[in-house]
Amino acid sequence: MSDVFFARADRLAARKVAGEVVILRADDSSLYVLNPVATAVWEAADGRTPLDAVVRDVICREFDVDLETALRDASEFLAELSAQGLLRTSDHPLPPADPALDGARA
Amino acid sequence: MNALMQRVWDRALEQGVPLSVQFDLTYRCNERCVHCYLDHDDHGEMTTAEVKSVLDQLASAGTLFLIFSGGELLLRKDLFELLGYARALGFDIKLKTNAILLGEREADRIRDLGIRSVQVSIYSHRPEVHDGITKVPGSLHRSLAAIRFLRARGLHVLIANVLMRQNAGDYPHVRALAAELGVECTIDPTITPKMDGDTSILNLRISEPQLLRVYTDKSLIGDPANEPPPPTDDDMLDARPCSAGHTACYISPYGDVFPCVQFPLPTGNLRGQRFGDVWYESPQMNEVRAIRVRDLPTCSTCSFMTTCTRCPGLAYMEGNMKGPSSADCEKSTVRARGLAAGKDVA
Repeated sequence: MSDVFFARADRLAARKVAGEVVILRADDSSLYVLNPVATAVWEAADGRTPLDAVVRDVICREFDVDLETALRDASEFLAELSAQGLLRTSDHPLPPADPALDGARA
Repeated sequence: MNALMQRVWDRALEQGVPLSVQFDLTYRCNERCVHCYLDHDDHGEMTTAEVKSVLDQLASAGTLFLIFSGGELLLRKDLFELLGYARALGFDIKLKTNAILLGEREADRIRDLGIRSVQVSIYSHRPEVHDGITKVPGSLHRSLAAIRFLRARGLHVLIANVLMRQNAGDYPHVRALAAELGVECTIDPTITPKMDGDTSILNLRISEPQLLRVYTDKSLIGDPANEPPPPTDDDMLDARPCSAGHTACYISPYGDVFPCVQFPLPTGNLRGQRFGDVWYESPQMNEVRAIRVRDLPTCSTCSFMTTCTRCPGLAYMEGNMKGPSSADCEKSTVRARGLAAGKDVA
């Protein structure tokens, strides 16, 4: 498959609480709690690492799952998180979210 | 609270995560509200670098909900730098402000930073009453203008309406004003002693008849079934009195850590200690954490126990964190009287 790059969307708050990533959207206060595989996808969402590398280097190592199954599951999670507006995806590397926060990150 | 959010809080409680922190960045203020519990002199606020270090530590500890308050936040010249830093760390942020320094430019920046909500104190729809409480002529007009700037940018705004003797009858009009502005409104009859223990402002608390009116106003409380409170059981007796020290705490502009903004029990200071050391190791924090409802000698046997909104911090300020809070005793009594009367006197 071609490379898919993914990064966290703007205007979200997120924290790993007791092992689960909790995400809160600023605009409508929608709340999401991610399962362990989705958490691994979320934590790897740096906009620079393609999905297949995340699956191979993170998910297959952390979870007892073969590459084909893991890639299918991760792709589904990516599609779901994108549909919910939590992740941005592209076939090119992505810049960080929230340009307004770039100064604070530096 | 929906079930998913409740699950997040439950897991935070199980794991001892300080999920919500109120962080006052300054006690300086440009209003002089008659009921305020703070000393507005600057006794050495944390610097920008110190605040950022605390934010780093809170993020590591698992804090998600961050309430920035004061004093008046907008008096800190580094406010937007700190907000940007906090947002980059992934915090969900609520601001509490009087908003009289909040213009269109500030509203733009708050929107661009992804701040989830802004709480503004409005005491009355009447300028003479609101401005009489804040001691700043024109403050109602300026606060309302700021709310309109925020709403025009789609931001979630909440009006906090603290009730005291001079404005107790105005809350229906404040609620109507909030509806007109498209914002939420909360009513709170709680006046607390000053942080230094001075109780002189408690005479501003609304009277019993005024409190009774609030507790029998069906537009506020709905239409509760006029049934006796549920009986006490072991689950209730094993419950924690509130979230203070369990999933929440408060940090002052000087780095002092307390279980809650209304619970001024010193537990540590972040200028000399790491947040995690205070949160997990402080004997005072652990003392608060160990208390269960069954450990409250008076309240655990009170007939209002299952419906009371007892505040451990107010009890502490009355001299015993395991004792009753007289203000909450009064509220429970008046609430029960209102229920017994079974009528809407509003």
